[in-house]
Amino acid sequence: MSGFFSALFSALDPLCGPVGLFSLFGSGTLVACGEAGWGDEIAFGVGITISLALATLPVGLFLGFLIALAAQSEEKLLRLATGIYTTIFRGLPELLTLFIVYYGLQILIQSVLASLGYEGRVEINAFLAGMVALAVVFSSYSSEVLLSAFRAIPRGQYEAGDALGLHRGRTMRLIVLPQLIRIALPGLTNLWLILLKDTSYVSVIGLADILRQTGIAARVSKEAFFFYFIASLLYLIIAMISSFGLGFVERWAKRAETAR
Amino acid sequence: MTYVRELIAPQPAPLAPARPLTGARIAGIAILILWALLAAGLIAMVIGGWDQDKFLRYGPRYLNGLWTTLSLVSLAVVFGALLSLPIAFARMSQNRALNGIAYAYVYVFRSTPLLAQLFLIYYGLGSFKPQLESVGLWWFFREAWYCGLLSFVLNTAAYQAEILRGAIESVPRGQHEGAAALGLSKRIAFGKIILPQALIVALRPYGNELVLMIKGSAVVAIVTVYDLMGETRYAFSRTFDYQAYLWAAIFYLAIVETLRHVWAFLEPRLTRHLKR
Repeated sequence: MSGFFSALFSALDPLCGPVGLFSLFGSGTLVACGEAGWGDEIAFGVGITISLALATLPVGLFLGFLIALAAQSEEKLLRLATGIYTTIFRGLPELLTLFIVYYGLQILIQSVLASLGYEGRVEINAFLAGMVALAVVFSSYSSEVLLSAFRAIPRGQYEAGDALGLHRGRTMRLIVLPQLIRIALPGLTNLWLILLKDTSYVSVIGLADILRQTGIAARVSKEAFFFYFIASLLYLIIAMISSFGLGFVERWAKRAETAR
Repeated sequence: MTYVRELIAPQPAPLAPARPLTGARIAGIAILILWALLAAGLIAMVIGGWDQDKFLRYGPRYLNGLWTTLSLVSLAVVFGALLSLPIAFARMSQNRALNGIAYAYVYVFRSTPLLAQLFLIYYGLGSFKPQLESVGLWWFFREAWYCGLLSFVLNTAAYQAEILRGAIESVPRGQHEGAAALGLSKRIAFGKIILPQALIVALRPYGNELVLMIKGSAVVAIVTVYDLMGETRYAFSRTFDYQAYLWAAIFYLAIVETLRHVWAFLEPRLTRHLKR
């Protein structure tokens, strides 16, 4: 069964599959697939970039939702705590956040292990570090988007939920959340496109994403312009596809409004 | 006839209702304690790991890096603003070819990572050394600083063009018509009526763009420019002292927060004639 799925995925591979971009147009050039060129390496990088962004998205959204909830609570202390969080992570450069998470987690785990009596070098997974750093940044931005969406929902909606005898969780799930998604979607679309671009920073800590793979290819083949051009083109294509797809989602979310 | 014979004796104010210890309150206190612990840990780290020698060696380098970052970003934003003018006007023009070119420029530069643009300019154009030497531009593309500046200018011009276009289009039609009714020429109407109103709308997005540029400028460290991030990486690679990153974080946070407060002061100040 798994063999079937892997065969299906390799057949549908948009870059190096049987009907892939590189295998159709790139054979005989520097981006040929297999041993002849860099096509399959770059395709691997595309996979890493997309999976990093997709893995970050739910974590960041969930964290951002929690922070938005906390930021609109009546409790002053909770608001202060979230304010500190968003101020720090919206103010730091993404690259610096990545380094702080990457080296900081390493030092933290190493010191914890050292106190338990384990003396050895700890290497943290670059994918994990990248995911944590990007999720933290994404959550602090998405919390702002979600917070303003929360504020756009009138109080009457909550009161209506109370009047119907729904408890808080059900009011949130059945009444507030569907409207929240509709209002927040344009902002979240923007953040997703920013997240896709921010994944390029993980190439600096050694994760084999698009930019790192094309960078290696550029250094080996001495065709830097060509390979970085390919990298930019790939990011452009991913952004185009995702904004196209998210356009559909947005229309789907707004289907109740257009009927009116 | 009834009337009050005795006044009610003065009483103390009713007690404030006790604030219950809700879940939100506990969570808030817990997170604040966590933040305080973190801050205490960082301060302990700085005090415990204080090294006069390192401070004297890397302190001036950090200030140098700070200056590099600030000058790079301010030059990039100014040149980007100049470049964004023709792009914004092309984007608003009726000419479809011009409009398409401007749209493509904005789309491409906004949806590819700054890092990829920087690599494309520094390493990519750098590989055309003989051609660049023959046209006498090699001195420009040889220096990482100039390449960083160029990529920032191109990048921020795309963003600023969109900001400017949105702001100009947000000025209502009636303002154009009013100016025309007063017999003002298009040029004067634009300079005296449209642009001032548009710039007020654009003030906040411009502030955001400035912050984004400051944060984005950290990428030049990767192509060997010693800006704030570059000096940080240098100090860390020499000392393996985690404090290097903490100091950078403090500097960046200070810059961004200063900008945010300046903008928070500027905006009500510049829009005070709109308040009723």
